[in-house]
Amino acid sequence: MADATLGLGRLPVGAIERRGVGWWGMLCVIATEGALFAYLLFSYYYYDVQFGEGWRPSELPSFRLSLPNTIILLLSNLAAWAGARGLKRGARRELIAGIAVALILGTAFVVLQAIEWRQKSFSVSSSTYSSMYFTVCGFHMAHLVAGILILLMVLIWSTLGYFDRWRNAPVLIGNAYWHFVLAVWLAVFLTFYVAPYWG
Amino acid sequence: MTVSDIERTPEIFPASAAPGRRLEEIWKTEPGLAGWFSTVDHKEIGKRYIVTALIFLVLGGIEALVMRVQLARPNQQLLTPEQYNQLFSTHGMTMIFLYALPILSGFSNYLWPLILGSRDMAFPRLNALSYWIYLASGIFMYAGFVIGAGPNAGWFNYVPYAESQYNPGLNIDFYSLGMIFLGISTTVGSANFVVTFLRTRAPGMSINRVPIMTWGTLTASVANLLVVPSVSLAFFLLWMDRQFAAHFFDVSEQGQPLLWQHLFWIFGHPWVYAIVLPAMGMVSEGLPVFCRRPLVGYAPVALSTVATMILGSGVWVHHMFATGLPNLAMSFFSGASIIISVPSAVAVFAWIATIWLGRPVITTAFLFFASMIVLFVIGGVSGFMTASVPVDWQLTDTYFIVAHMHYTLIGINVFPVVGALYYWFPKMTGRMLDERLGRWNFWTMFIGMNLAFLPMHLTGLFGMPRRVYTFPDGMGWDWLNLITSLGAFLFAIGVLLLLVNVASSLRRGRIAGANPWDAATLEWSVPSPPPPYNFAVIPRVASGHPLWEDQLRESEQRSSIGEGLVLDHGRETIATSPLDGDPDLILKMPEDSYAPFILTVASAAGFAGLLVHWWWLAAVSGLVAVLAMILWLWPERRLGQVAGAVDG
Repeated sequence: MADATLGLGRLPVGAIERRGVGWWGMLCVIATEGALFAYLLFSYYYYDVQFGEGWRPSELPSFRLSLPNTIILLLSNLAAWAGARGLKRGARRELIAGIAVALILGTAFVVLQAIEWRQKSFSVSSSTYSSMYFTVCGFHMAHLVAGILILLMVLIWSTLGYFDRWRNAPVLIGNAYWHFVLAVWLAVFLTFYVAPYWG
Repeated sequence: MTVSDIERTPEIFPASAAPGRRLEEIWKTEPGLAGWFSTVDHKEIGKRYIVTALIFLVLGGIEALVMRVQLARPNQQLLTPEQYNQLFSTHGMTMIFLYALPILSGFSNYLWPLILGSRDMAFPRLNALSYWIYLASGIFMYAGFVIGAGPNAGWFNYVPYAESQYNPGLNIDFYSLGMIFLGISTTVGSANFVVTFLRTRAPGMSINRVPIMTWGTLTASVANLLVVPSVSLAFFLLWMDRQFAAHFFDVSEQGQPLLWQHLFWIFGHPWVYAIVLPAMGMVSEGLPVFCRRPLVGYAPVALSTVATMILGSGVWVHHMFATGLPNLAMSFFSGASIIISVPSAVAVFAWIATIWLGRPVITTAFLFFASMIVLFVIGGVSGFMTASVPVDWQLTDTYFIVAHMHYTLIGINVFPVVGALYYWFPKMTGRMLDERLGRWNFWTMFIGMNLAFLPMHLTGLFGMPRRVYTFPDGMGWDWLNLITSLGAFLFAIGVLLLLVNVASSLRRGRIAGANPWDAATLEWSVPSPPPPYNFAVIPRVASGHPLWEDQLRESEQRSSIGEGLVLDHGRETIATSPLDGDPDLILKMPEDSYAPFILTVASAAGFAGLLVHWWWLAAVSGLVAVLAMILWLWPERRLGQVAGAVDG
C-alpha cells in the first residue's frame, strides 16, 4: 500500500547528469564567486565615478593581445562544450579531444595574459588604477588557473574511462565553471578595455 | 550501458523491520582519534559547532566584563588605551563572527537533516570542512590577541586608521587574513545549507510543509553566499595596501576610505540579519510547541523572513549617515531602513498571536523564547529611531547605538539560542536540562541584561561616546555606568548558571525519551540521542506537523513515519525535487574522510605563511590543499560517480 502512495518507481542511484548535489554545489560556487567579481568591478567603477577620466592612465589598455586572447578563451569554451556534447552521444573520444583543446587554449590565454602584464608600464603600487587592474585581472587569472586544473582532472578522468553518457557530472560541473570564467573575463574585458572608449 | 542499469526501486519497510544493526554498521563513526578527525556525521559536527561557539561566547563575555570593570567608575586605570582598544575590538570580533553565526550553524547542522527527514547534510565532508576552518580561523585570530596583536580598530576596522602608517604591527594583518579565512567556512557552510534545503528533504515535504526554522537559515545562507565576498574582498584590499603598497584606501594617492565602509557594510548589514533570522526561526519553531498549537501565519512569517533579507541588503548606508553622502542616497537608505520594520513586525505579531490563541505551558525554553519578543521590540524601536537621518546624526557613535546593538544581538540571538538549548538539549543528549535551575538561569539573564543595557540608552542620550577607555567624573554618566557594570555581572552569573545546568544535567538530568515536549516535527520521532543514521526508514510527509496530525485533523492525509524507504546499500539518502519534494534520485553519501581536516591544516599553514611573509610556506600549503581537494573529488565507484558503477 505504501508503495502505491509513495508512487516510487525506479530511481537512478548516484550522481547522473545535473541531478546529483555536486551540480547544485557548483551553482552556489558560481553565485558566490560571481558576487566577488561584482564587488571587484563595483570598486573599479566607484573610483572611476569618484575621480573621473583623469584617474585612468593616459595610455588606455590595448586590444593587441587582449582581443585575440578573448577569442582564444571563447574557442576554448566552445571546445569544452563540444566535448561534453560528444559524451552525451556516447563519443568518449570527442570528449577527450574537446577537453584537451580547451586546456591548450586555456593555457595559451594564461601565457598571453602574462606577456601583457610584463609589458605594462605600471606595477601594483603605482596608483589606485594599477592596484585595481592587477587585483581584478589577478583574481580572474587565479580563477582561470583553477579552471585549468579542473579541466586537467576532467581530462585525466576521461582518459581513465570514468565517464559515460549518464555518469558525466564532473564533465558538466567543470564545463559550468569554465563558462563562468569566460563570463567573468568578458565583464573584465568590457570594463578595462572597452568601457573607457565610451567615455 | 543504458540508464536502467544504474536505477533501482528503493525498498519500503516498516520501521520495526528495518535492518537497524546494518544501518548502524554503515553509518557509524570509528571510535577514538581516527573517528574524531574524520567524522562527517552532521550531529557530531553540529555539537562541535555549538560547544566551540559557546566557548567563544564565554571568552567574549570575559572581555566584556573586564571592560565593564574599567568603566564601572570614572577615571579608572585598570586598562591602558591600547589594551582597551584590543579588548573592545576582540569582543566585537568574537561575538559577531565567532559566536553569533557559528552557534546558529551548529543548531542548523545538528537539526536540519533530522527535521527534514534525511540522513545527513547534502555535502557531509564539506560540513566537516566548514567546522574545521571555523575552528582554525578562530584560533588564528585569537593567536594575534594572545601575543598582544589582536584587532584594535574596532570590529568594523575603519581605514585609514587600520592602514599600516597609523597601525603598524601584526594586529590588523591577523584580523584581515583571519576574516578571509573564516569567510571560507561561512561560504561552504552556506552552500551546504542551500543545497540541503533544495535537494534532501523527505518525500512529500513540499515547500509549504518545510519546518519554519529552516527558512531563517536558508535566507541567511543565500545572503551569505552573496555578501561574504564583499567583506573578504575588503580585507584583502586592505592587506594589499598594508603589505604591497597598493593604494585602495590611501587618501594621498587617490584611494577612497569610504570604499572600505561600503564594502564592509554591504556585507555587514545583511550579516546582522544572518545572525538573527535563524534564531528567530528557532523561536518560530519552539514557541508554538509550548503554546500547544501551530504557529499563527506560517506563510506570512516565512515570506517576511525572506523579505527582511531582501530589504536588509539595501540598508547598509544607514551605518554611514555621518559620512557626508548625498541627501538623496541617505533618504533612500533611511526609507528602506524604516520599512524593514514591517516584515519584522509580521513575525512579532505572529508570535504574540500564537501565545494569545494557544494554551501556553510555562517552561524555561518558553520564557527565553517569549522574552525574546520583548527584547526584539525594544531593540527594534531603537533601530527604527536611528533609521532616521537626523536622529542618527545625534546618536551615532554614542552608547545609544551600543545599547541598541546589544538588545538586538543578545535579545534576538542569545535568548533564542539559550531557549533552543533548553528545547533541543534532550534530543542531543537524551537528558532534560533542570527546570528549577532553568528559572534561576532565565531570570538572572533577563534582569541582568535589562539592567545592563536599558540604562545605557540614557548614557548615550547624555552624550557618552562609545569606545572611550575611560571617562571623567561630573559628566552625569557615573551612576549609569555603575548600573550597567552591575547588570553585566548579573548577566554573566546567568550564563554561568546555564553552564552549570548543562554540566550537571549531562550526568544527572531526567531521561528525556523521544518526544518529551510532545512536539510536531520529525526530529522528535527518532530516539534521543538519534542513531548515526537518523531514520531507520525515511519518512514520507503529508503536512507541516507530521506528529500532530491526529490532534489537528487538518486533513485525512497522514504522514508515514513508521514505514518508508530503507536505503541500506551503503550510505544513502533520498534526493527530492526542490518545490514538491518528489523523490528523483538515490543519493550515495560519502564515508568519513580525513580530507577536510588535512585541507584545513594546509589552509591554516598557508594563511600563517602569508601573515609572516614565508611565501614558500604559503606555496607548499597551497599545493597540499590542491592535492587534498583532488583526492577528495576523485570519482569513486561506490559513490556512483564512475561509468559502469552499477548499484552497490
